[in-house]
Amino acid sequence: MTTTAHLSDTTTLLGRSLRHISRSPDTIITTAITPIAMLLLFVYVLGGSISVGQESYVNYLLPGILLITIASGISYTAFRLFTDVSTGLFERLQSMPITRSAVLWGHVLTSLVANAVSLVLVVLVGLLMGFRSGAGVVAWLGVVGLLALFTLALTWLAVIPGLTATSIDGVSGFSYPLIFLPFVSSAFVPTDGMPTAVGWFAEHQPVTSIVNTLRNLLAEQPVGDDGWIALAWCVGLLLVAYALAMRTYRRRIS
Amino acid sequence: MTTSPPLTATAIAVAGLTKSYGDQRVLDGVDLTVRSGSIHALLGSNGAGKTTVVRILSTLLKADGGTATVAGHDVATQPAEVRAAISLTGQFAAVDDILTGRENLVLIAKLRHVDDPRGVADQLLTRFDLVDAADRRAATYSGGMRRRLDIAMSLIGDPSVLFLDEPTTGLDPQARLEVWRTIAELAAGGTTVLLTTQYLDEAEHLADRIAILHGGRIIADGTFADLQALLPPTEVEYVEKKPTLEDVFLALVRHEQ
Repeated sequence: MTTTAHLSDTTTLLGRSLRHISRSPDTIITTAITPIAMLLLFVYVLGGSISVGQESYVNYLLPGILLITIASGISYTAFRLFTDVSTGLFERLQSMPITRSAVLWGHVLTSLVANAVSLVLVVLVGLLMGFRSGAGVVAWLGVVGLLALFTLALTWLAVIPGLTATSIDGVSGFSYPLIFLPFVSSAFVPTDGMPTAVGWFAEHQPVTSIVNTLRNLLAEQPVGDDGWIALAWCVGLLLVAYALAMRTYRRRIS
Repeated sequence: MTTSPPLTATAIAVAGLTKSYGDQRVLDGVDLTVRSGSIHALLGSNGAGKTTVVRILSTLLKADGGTATVAGHDVATQPAEVRAAISLTGQFAAVDDILTGRENLVLIAKLRHVDDPRGVADQLLTRFDLVDAADRRAATYSGGMRRRLDIAMSLIGDPSVLFLDEPTTGLDPQARLEVWRTIAELAAGGTTVLLTTQYLDEAEHLADRIAILHGGRIIADGTFADLQALLPPTEVEYVEKKPTLEDVFLALVRHEQ
């Protein structure tokens, strides 16, 4: 099958799931609402007792909240894929003369769009709460690129339960650990106040380097090694998730 | 695009097809020939392997052994050509609930790369009596309407072979009759239909030929009259009454066990 056919099939299927989203905007709102609630809770209730140095706490917190938004947003990819599989639509598409992986790509690209909208909502609330950044175009491009990469990696991860889950509970359950990962990182509080073992874990898990990179990009600070580590984590996660998802997919269709 | 299959009266040819799931041998050497333009029913109890056969023939599942060609193409080595020639209507009406009936048709038409997707959708909406419901979401459709939409979606791109896997399961009697009428019209138009069903009257009513799948093999295959002739008259208690397909089916299945 040619590349043009692949592109056109993917675009058709992307259009289809974007239409799903436009008809159920609640999926975007529920994705954004929990992170926004956390933002409000931490900034206005707990933030007063958290010391993060010179920065305002909302500036400190927003990058981590953005990652939580993505972690909760990708569960809808699993949900939509699961729905296609359980209604038989997935098999119908697989029995048609189309580029077969276009079915997955349609959902993955939809995830990028839906998460982008949720992220914009969260950032807007952040702005209302006093979030400010003097970052230039290049730094913002870095922020957007890293968030897109993180979304892509987690979305391919979400493809796996979407294809294999046997119940709707199984589909949504997988994202809880992902949502909690930022709590044991530098997202909410600096890691140096944590007990040694926890602090070590927090320092070496992917969220901390990604959060630190985003934070430094937005604060016009040098990114340092964290940037490379964050990039390595995102690309590594993406490659592993993609390989696992494709393996699951190939098993599903043969 | 694809080369046309050699001129032959055979739409589906299956020989020695086997498939196991773990220790369980679901298909144990299935042989089946379906003539072009006919309705062939594959009859069997639940779990007899009807869906497995259909999934192998529609390239969704690989067989362990044996050969199968559909529209002149080998399902194992030329799956893309097979997919271009077939359509599958699965056990449950596989429509997109969030899209309208029209959008469902346009979606499939675009994926099949037909020339005028909207025009094709309009034609099918008229043909399947769905014009009034065209712009309502499929989620609001009745069971019969869903199935009609489902079958309409399968016809886009003029497939020469149509697989219908238990097309009337879960439908009320009226919707069942509607679907029967649709299938009969399709076959009259030259489409080959392989129909699986567990309803004996459905096979009796619709099919040109009936194959009975039992214990992983085809234990009988022929016209309804052929199958009736399989029962020795001495075993028939009421000689003036012809055996129904149900009598034949149950006798054959019992005989095998």
